[in-house]
Amino acid sequence: MKKKNILGWSTLLMIFVAAFAMGFKVATEHNLDKGYQVGDRAADFSLKNVDGTMVSLSDFDKAKGFLVIFTCNTCPYAQAYENRIIALDAKYKPQGVPVIAINPNDPSAKPGDSFTKMKERAVEKGFTFPYLFDEGQKIYPQYGATRTPHVFLLEKTASGNMVKYIGAIDDNYQDASRVDETFVENAVDAMLAGNEINPKTTKAIGCGIK
Amino acid sequence: MNKLFILGLMVSIFVGCVEKKDEKKEEVETARNEMVSQKDEASADVAFPIYDFDGFEPMLHKGDEKTYVVNFWATWCKPCIAEMPHFERINAEQKDNGVEVILVSLDMPHMWKKQLEPFVEKKDIQSRVVILDDPKQNDWIPKVSEEWGGGIPATLIYNKDKRTFYEHGFTYEELNNELHKFIN
Repeated sequence: MKKKNILGWSTLLMIFVAAFAMGFKVATEHNLDKGYQVGDRAADFSLKNVDGTMVSLSDFDKAKGFLVIFTCNTCPYAQAYENRIIALDAKYKPQGVPVIAINPNDPSAKPGDSFTKMKERAVEKGFTFPYLFDEGQKIYPQYGATRTPHVFLLEKTASGNMVKYIGAIDDNYQDASRVDETFVENAVDAMLAGNEINPKTTKAIGCGIK
Repeated sequence: MNKLFILGLMVSIFVGCVEKKDEKKEEVETARNEMVSQKDEASADVAFPIYDFDGFEPMLHKGDEKTYVVNFWATWCKPCIAEMPHFERINAEQKDNGVEVILVSLDMPHMWKKQLEPFVEKKDIQSRVVILDDPKQNDWIPKVSEEWGGGIPATLIYNKDKRTFYEHGFTYEELNNELHKFIN
């Protein structure tokens, strides 16, 4: 009787463990492989800003949309785009589409992307926008960000913040003066004018999120 | 399950070690990267051929008898550096078997002299190294593979009959197994 019990319990335990392991794996794959597609509704978040406050998209009453940009201190591509991200905020915040920058990297894997270093960088560069820390790395997998910098343009609608564009800022990371296509600017302008965004997604080399 | 857990543990320990060591170096690099690329100065007498995508593309479509292992990497990409010894080993082991490894550096122009050359020299890299310098990434990334999202490390293995693209890092065993699907 006792033996049977133990056998029963251990079988049950094994099933639980297996179910947990499988569930965990599926969830991880889903997050990393999928993330948002254009047309999806983006989740809001509450993340710590470099000024110590907590920031959510719902804080911005008058916003028409958001440029959610996953970026960081250490990636050479992210650095190459810092000034252009500041310029985007300067241009579009007054039009109701502010930049919300999020550092998705794990500081234990990337010490240069710690919250302290983020604060330093924000001061050095004079960031005019929130620079948020994705503590515990919960938000970037939801969005499906894979690299830095990685832009998600959201439009605020009655049914939530809808994803309108995913990809690169423009088509020349090396030299802002030699850009032919300003992907993000074109997308925001089209969104604000109520026009079709084209292209809705672009690709770029970036630093993998760690 | 156990295996998965142990593997996970090993990976985290390994990553933890690597990252710690690189902490200082990374800060130096961050400071260095403040400098915006000064391309003309940078490209003078670099030790490796520099291609735009049009110049590079034939390397992705050679119709000869060889199997090509084309690895996209950069000196600032840690997982790329981690897998590099496996590509070097494959290149050495399979050279006489009609396999050629091409290491395609995506380092930025200001890194070519300061980071790329010293790295290749220090690690005594024997595989062929070329530089792909073409900022129009949205145009050329899909021409390497429609599946590629833009992350590195990324690798293309191909010969005249078959091609497969991988947007992830490799262990030696994984790389060797994949390669053997091409060379029988």
